[in-house]
Amino acid sequence: MARVGLVVVSHSRPLAEAAVTLARQMLPSAEVAVEVAAGTDDGGLGTDAVAVSAAITAADSGDGVVVLMDLGSAVMSAETALELLDDDVRDRVVLSSAPLVEGLVGAVVVAAGGADRDRVAAEALRGLAPKQAHLG
Amino acid sequence: MADQLDVAALGAWVREFARSIAEHKDELTALDSAIGDADHGANMDRGMSAAVAALEASPPADPAALLKQVGMTLVSKVGGASGPLYGTFFLRMAGALGPDPADDQTFARALRAGLDGVIARGKAEPGDKTMLDALTPACDALEAALAEGQPFGAALTAAAAAAGEGRDATVPLVARKGRASYLGERSAGHQDPGATSTALLLDAAVTALSGSGG
Repeated sequence: MARVGLVVVSHSRPLAEAAVTLARQMLPSAEVAVEVAAGTDDGGLGTDAVAVSAAITAADSGDGVVVLMDLGSAVMSAETALELLDDDVRDRVVLSSAPLVEGLVGAVVVAAGGADRDRVAAEALRGLAPKQAHLG
Repeated sequence: MADQLDVAALGAWVREFARSIAEHKDELTALDSAIGDADHGANMDRGMSAAVAALEASPPADPAALLKQVGMTLVSKVGGASGPLYGTFFLRMAGALGPDPADDQTFARALRAGLDGVIARGKAEPGDKTMLDALTPACDALEAALAEGQPFGAALTAAAAAAGEGRDATVPLVARKGRASYLGERSAGHQDPGATSTALLLDAAVTALSGSGG
């Protein structure tokens, strides 16, 4: 059983933490590593590539990490963070283009079930499917 | 022969850029409030102030270490898109410089490496109304002037002039990258804040480095 870690990168720490709360509500007792790298260190809006790389390292148990992010600098900070990691860790990381909230909910559920990294990443990408199916 | 571009000269460039960013902070933010999220001046000032503080707290030993420290500080402290963009610029410049003082050709190659890093990070092209619209002509002008055999100071002046022209030419453009791209046609008629701060970076090089680079 794999233990895939998740990282949430957002401009806003409250936004990231609320997204994690919402995702964990599905499985309150599940042990999934979800790390947050969000906001500037003075509490403002912004992203920090060094903090993202630290969050990836913290979330990584050796089975890989899926990173979800909001927009703009969050995407570029996540890409920059990859350059700051050791090669062996970087190879285990996937930056997901999934929508942050919906993707995180799906990813947490399948990661808790022991899915491998590629399965978790695929589930995150499928995050919009239920909403799209419902709204037609 | 003028002095080489050593750690002291490059440190002076970084400090002059930080001073200029602080001086133009409100102007940069005003430009960004017209077509972006109104944080470019404050973000760049926070990042460059932190970069100068880091130079004071732990002075780097050589040119590559200095520009790497600046880049790492910017990717961490700026917060907005200019953090990974300017941070990657300085990190790639650092990668192109060795521990030894640089000559003018090495500096030009490092500037080109920085430009390539910005392209890789932002995936923008000239004409997208970004910092590339100032940085690309600056690199081209620096290389052309050095190829003609002009002294380093004159070549830097040509590069800064090209950056300024590139900045001015962003006014009629429609933004295709970043927050401004959400505005579409409404972004035309405004000068790009990133191109504006990049022109300041080249002006700072003229001020701090013109006597070096022999």
